[in-house]
Amino acid sequence: MLIKLTGGIIYDPANGIAGKQQDIYIQDGKIVNPPSDAVVTQEYDIRGKIVMAGAIDLHSHIGGGKGNIARILMPENHRLDAVAHTDITRAGTGHAMPSTFTTGYRYAEMGYTAAFEPAVLPINARQAHMEMGDTPIIDKGGYVLMGSDDYLLRMMVAKKDQKAINDYMAWTLQAAQGIGIKVVNAGGINAFKFNQRRLDLDEKNPHYPVTPRQILKTLATAVQELGISHPLHVHGSNLGIPGNDETTLNTIEGIEGLPMHLTHIQFHSYGTEGDFKFSSGAARIAEAINKNKNITVDVGQIMFGQTITASGDNMRQFANHKLANPNKWVCMDIECDAGCGLVPFKYRDQNFVNALQWAIGLETFLLVEDPWRIFLTTDHPNGAPFTTYPHLIRLLMDRSFRNDMLATIHPEAQKMTTLGSITREYTMEEIAILTRAGAARLTGLVGRGSLGVGDFADITVYSENSDREAMFSTPDYVFKDGNLVVKDGKVVKVTWGTTHVVRPNYDASVEKDLKDYFDRYMTMKVGNFKISDDEITEDGRGSLTVHPLKGAAI
Amino acid sequence: MIEITEVPSPFCGIGTDDLSIQVEGLSLKVSANGCAVNTPAFEQAMTDLQPRINGEEVSLSEAVNHAAELLKNANQPVIGGCATDVNGMRALLELADKNGAVVDNVNFVGARRNFLAMQDSGWMNTTLAELKNRCDVLLIVGTDLESFAPRFFERYLWNQESMFLEDTSARQIIYLGKAPSGAASTSPNGKKAQVLPCSNEDLPQVVAVLRALIKGKIIAATEVGGIAIADLQAIANTLKAAQYGVITWAAGALVYSQAELTVQTICEMVKDINDNGTRCSGFPLGGKEGDQTANQVCGWTTGYPARMRFSSGMPEYDPHLYDSNLMLANGEADVLVWVQAFNAAIVPPKTDKPTIVLGRSGMTFEKEPEVFIPIATPGIDHAGHAYRLDNVVAIRLKKLRDSTLPSTAEVLSAMTQAL
Repeated sequence: MLIKLTGGIIYDPANGIAGKQQDIYIQDGKIVNPPSDAVVTQEYDIRGKIVMAGAIDLHSHIGGGKGNIARILMPENHRLDAVAHTDITRAGTGHAMPSTFTTGYRYAEMGYTAAFEPAVLPINARQAHMEMGDTPIIDKGGYVLMGSDDYLLRMMVAKKDQKAINDYMAWTLQAAQGIGIKVVNAGGINAFKFNQRRLDLDEKNPHYPVTPRQILKTLATAVQELGISHPLHVHGSNLGIPGNDETTLNTIEGIEGLPMHLTHIQFHSYGTEGDFKFSSGAARIAEAINKNKNITVDVGQIMFGQTITASGDNMRQFANHKLANPNKWVCMDIECDAGCGLVPFKYRDQNFVNALQWAIGLETFLLVEDPWRIFLTTDHPNGAPFTTYPHLIRLLMDRSFRNDMLATIHPEAQKMTTLGSITREYTMEEIAILTRAGAARLTGLVGRGSLGVGDFADITVYSENSDREAMFSTPDYVFKDGNLVVKDGKVVKVTWGTTHVVRPNYDASVEKDLKDYFDRYMTMKVGNFKISDDEITEDGRGSLTVHPLKGAAI
Repeated sequence: MIEITEVPSPFCGIGTDDLSIQVEGLSLKVSANGCAVNTPAFEQAMTDLQPRINGEEVSLSEAVNHAAELLKNANQPVIGGCATDVNGMRALLELADKNGAVVDNVNFVGARRNFLAMQDSGWMNTTLAELKNRCDVLLIVGTDLESFAPRFFERYLWNQESMFLEDTSARQIIYLGKAPSGAASTSPNGKKAQVLPCSNEDLPQVVAVLRALIKGKIIAATEVGGIAIADLQAIANTLKAAQYGVITWAAGALVYSQAELTVQTICEMVKDINDNGTRCSGFPLGGKEGDQTANQVCGWTTGYPARMRFSSGMPEYDPHLYDSNLMLANGEADVLVWVQAFNAAIVPPKTDKPTIVLGRSGMTFEKEPEVFIPIATPGIDHAGHAYRLDNVVAIRLKKLRDSTLPSTAEVLSAMTQAL
């Protein structure tokens, strides 16, 4: 089977192509050179249409226990968005936290072909993989959450050397089948179990004399030394607290040049100016990002409407529970490993704080100069469901639309943002970097997010439309591994994506101390904790793709 | 004979995974760390190997086709029991989606008390390892914990070492409502649990008063449900002074009308304690007959826990309406599929409607079902996954022996294919 896409306008930043008309050939799931003799079995005439690689969401809560608590907590939210089955697709529900099948279909229908769960608790990793295993079409992967686990903190207090910590982290990463390491409110989830209600960057955990700054440095060092492509994925301290822009700046400085990804930076860019003691720190933060090339960010844009916040940061979720709308919420302490918190939110454009949060996210997008170091997220579902991405893209690409929206939000918030004076509009190429090439590069995916010969044929084709929201909502065609899975914005074929992982080396003797720890303090045997490959592949649909370490030969 | 160690159990709900089991052909013997729940569940002999239609032995494909025919002609099929592993539930939900069936877990009437409270106001809960390492005060409400899980105290409270307690035997155990049936709650150094008994009937009032005391309200009465207010005040003070208090209950044990309000009072009380500056967590007990597994898989597949329907092509949830027993009794359902891979003693409800049973080998019936398919037991006959009671940890079940029985997933998928 040889497929030809004829005459599309290609945006492939990974290969330096921006708006060039070029044919693409697909064979056996991959992009191939124009064959000299083979007969084209299927041709798609896409002359004048925009072609990009399939989009990649590097931070979206699609799989794991907290997401399932979020689903079960909000039946009234699903009732508004029930999805019937078709001949080829399964029934399900949206809206804020959709069911797994619906998640896969909706991502594909927007032209996305991969999404990464950013908070896989090692002890809950089986569930994360089982949920992602029931998420069709798209590829997936997870960042393994560390930094509030008692084992690591005990190692730090015992002054174990970096090598020992690296071994433990690599072992955990493999046991939980992840592609990166995440830290959430470093040490804070742990401190909350000792009844600490807030933990600043240089404050010691009440039980373990270590600070978040030390934890971040230790983890980021390990990620670099282990050769994990994705930098340490950091959900910072003091989420949502006015004045946390200082914390964020200190966090950037404290990492001392090591690669670090600051996630949902919008929630960490708040100042304390103005009548309401709440202001935008976006300009200061963007300046720091522009200056520090080791830093990457995703935004965690909020959108107005009902959603639910789902986070590992139960310290901050507990602190925000009085904002729950509707008024119900869940917090959990989890297995001397981490925790989670679920707080429904209704972001309102006539609420000063929410309106300014919206503006802060957009300011950040527009003030960070290098599109390779910023990524398009809503921290699904925390800022908004991922289905709002096309609207967000329009806000970025269309200044007059953006200013029309700005004119409708809380008037005091309008006065507190510079958004109206920012003239930048994202180009098509930049959108392709944020949502494809950059995301693939930052997660270390080989052969994804780009359209070169030999790359996997994950391809999205859009009709040019000046209404960018409409354009990015309904691609004409989406190909996943060479299969046409979406036509005119609707799923036409259901396939199953792979699970991306990395496997840095570790000294096998690390398991000796872990066995002892599990036997004494945990509730399962260490052998039963590790997730075997067949747990992901035995259903006949799932597969694992192991990516090379940084600097390793491909 | 071979011996397999570190065997996880899908039966007890508390995720014990330290059993040793001797395997000789099809027969199993628990040689270490058994209990009154797990040992008989693992050791049960395999008696049925062949499917039956109206009592006559048939091939698997005949049984599957007959079942599919019944489902095809049904107006409103219901799938009850739902006691199986993750892959079994996946296949069950696919069949239900395609067939427009109601899905209803066997323990839902009990679990509903938790879901109604949780979906109305939420909760703050914890998991077993936190309890094991941190809990210094455990309040047990309305439940005989040791008959629920015989090894709970041994594994999670009287453990020799803990990371954050100097002496685990100093933990304070308090029973409110039901008294313990044995002495498992007596600490290794001989300290007995405090027991404040009352009837289930009085429990809502007693718990409400305890919450009021925690919130600092003044109570005029001197006793409630036979319990002195002073004793409840002492519990309130203990919880407020605890390092890491835990309040546990088994929703299935709270068998009285509107018990969900008691669950809600407990959960709100936990939040009150946290809001007032002390850590405290809830700990709902469950995890038997695959209930957590059913609710989890149904949760991610449909957005709802395991009492919902696909009758109109899309998931719909109602914790009251889609009660399979009531639907059968009212004539709203016309075919029953009963799935019970773990427990041969839990048989389908009595009904005159055609019944298809996928049951653990050895299940006996007062009335032979139209179709009976003996299925493999997850964690014995095949590998799989099951959820523990704390709803976070999925355990990896092991295959212990070679049997010819098909898994739940294989049978249900074959039925979906045959539709």
